[in-house]
Amino acid sequence: MAIDATMAVRAGRSAKGVGGFVVVTALTFLGLLAITFFIGRVVPIDPVLSVVGDRATQAQYDAARVAMGLDRPLIIQFFDYVWSVMQGDLGTSISTNRPVADDLLRVFPATLEMATLGILIGVALGVPAGVWAATRRGEWVDQVMRVFALLGYSVPAFWLGLVGLAFFYAGLGWVAGPGRLDIFYEGLVPARTNVMLIDAALAGDWDVFRNALAHLVLPASILGFFSLAFIARMTRSFMLDQLGQEFITTARVKGVPEWRVIWVHGFKPIRVPLITVIGLSYAALLEGSVMIETVFSWPGIGNYLTTALLNADMNAVLGATLVIGSVFILINKISDVLYRVLDPRSR
Amino acid sequence: MSTRDWLLDDSPATLTQANLGRAWRMTTTLLRNPLAVAGLLIVLLLLATALFAPWIAPETPVGQNLQARLLPPSAEHWMGTDELGRDIFSRVVYGSRITLMIVALVAVISAPLGLIIGAVAGYFGGWVDRILMGVTDVFLSLPKLILALAFVAALGPGIENAIIAIAITAWPAYARIARAETLTFRNDEYIQAVRLVGGSHSRIIFRHVLPLCTSSMIVRATLDMAGIILTAAGLGFLGLGAQPPLPEWGAMISRGRTFILDQWWVATMPGFAIILVSLGFCFLGDGLRDVLDPKQGGEK
Repeated sequence: MAIDATMAVRAGRSAKGVGGFVVVTALTFLGLLAITFFIGRVVPIDPVLSVVGDRATQAQYDAARVAMGLDRPLIIQFFDYVWSVMQGDLGTSISTNRPVADDLLRVFPATLEMATLGILIGVALGVPAGVWAATRRGEWVDQVMRVFALLGYSVPAFWLGLVGLAFFYAGLGWVAGPGRLDIFYEGLVPARTNVMLIDAALAGDWDVFRNALAHLVLPASILGFFSLAFIARMTRSFMLDQLGQEFITTARVKGVPEWRVIWVHGFKPIRVPLITVIGLSYAALLEGSVMIETVFSWPGIGNYLTTALLNADMNAVLGATLVIGSVFILINKISDVLYRVLDPRSR
Repeated sequence: MSTRDWLLDDSPATLTQANLGRAWRMTTTLLRNPLAVAGLLIVLLLLATALFAPWIAPETPVGQNLQARLLPPSAEHWMGTDELGRDIFSRVVYGSRITLMIVALVAVISAPLGLIIGAVAGYFGGWVDRILMGVTDVFLSLPKLILALAFVAALGPGIENAIIAIAITAWPAYARIARAETLTFRNDEYIQAVRLVGGSHSRIIFRHVLPLCTSSMIVRATLDMAGIILTAAGLGFLGLGAQPPLPEWGAMISRGRTFILDQWWVATMPGFAIILVSLGFCFLGDGLRDVLDPKQGGEK
């Protein structure tokens, strides 16, 4: 009986938490839509003119204005916009002549592939580096890590991409050049997921797999460097917090081996905040990939966005902004929820 | 009694003495931090370069000399020449003016905007707070670069629009800080005292709340400078920021992209300038945080 009551209370609480989460997330999405709507319909001085061009007759102009629904009140236009986005309609791209939503679905896996490998590199190197710097606080390792982390905030991603290409591709020949595959490997494996490594593995074509990896490794490493800098810095500061606490001293006094003190007593409590940090930097990588993709001619969402920008293809720009923004919000909220679920203190 | 003793006096006789003493203590603390000093020097170097560009640069930033195209770095051209025979060093030197202008304008627009929004939200609380912070949170939850790109796409390319777009994405962080600071002291006795003697809301906010937020604002703005420089350079790289022939560093890298494999210096050199200046602001910001805002303490 008592158990039932507590469970009901607990379930109620978590339902309330989930409900609140859904409301907040929905409001944030609505805010995002308001911003893209504002950018698309309000900021340009005359959205009709940008569609019909300045040589259109008055009749054409008026017809386009009515067809675009611009003669109606702004608030109605906004709800219209929200409604069509919810149905997956992001308009048609003027440069590819296809629905923007279809285009985005096609290019997104390429970005996801690069960002995922990037975050794996960032976590695999950043977490140990941060822990190491924390245990050698103030020594040269720590200083090097500090400068390294600050470099992550100061180096332009597109510049690093160019220098990387010049050095590792043209100079040393260790990696493949821009693009996802060499031209003679293209179209060899069926596009099932549009994630090249998975497609090649599914088809069992390991030549394509190796070639795709050779193309992927440099842009992903550069993305990884930026998340490494952030993750290492945060890990170090979390770890220092832990290592300064008394239970660590107690463990040392009891004669627990040093590796155990660091990786079990020290590291265990910081796993939860680290998840949030990793989530945040994963989202940031999706943003960083815009510049990297442009440099590496990587056919992902960032490249799609910058191409659309240069063609003044507003539907495509806003669609890509919406998708990147949504993923960004979603990852942020999910890592927020994970934090709450995993850390009993925050409940 | 020496000047130093006067400055460090525990019981200053006048307000001026107290203020000067505090400034003296902060400066000495800042100067003891080697990274902060390095940052300060770099920022001063940027200021001096921008100010004295015509005397430092050996050539004009826009003069073309097609006979001297794509020359590698040498004693005559320290950073080589670009595809129109322009001296890259001179262009980098003049580019410092553009970078300085961008960071200054973005800071001047976004910091006061965020400061006022945050202070108003924190001071009044209730639904004012909820609405203002709701808007702030929406902006904060979006990727800055993407947002700036979309705004520039709508406004049209150009350096003014790039500055506006970056400022639009930069203010929410300041609003958050200003609100948090305001919340900590909005019910303090001295604020209540002003209220009791009939001080209006605007007087309290502008004369008593905002000044208390400035130190954390300065720290945050300095740390943000690197991000602003990178975003501006990114917009320039994509052809959405400063337009040619302006010697903007990002745009220069974009021009050199075509030659990266053979004439590496065209794209590489402006990048070093960006890194140096961004690092300078990072170092200085880190140091300032330790001095002005010890409770946040990056160095534990």
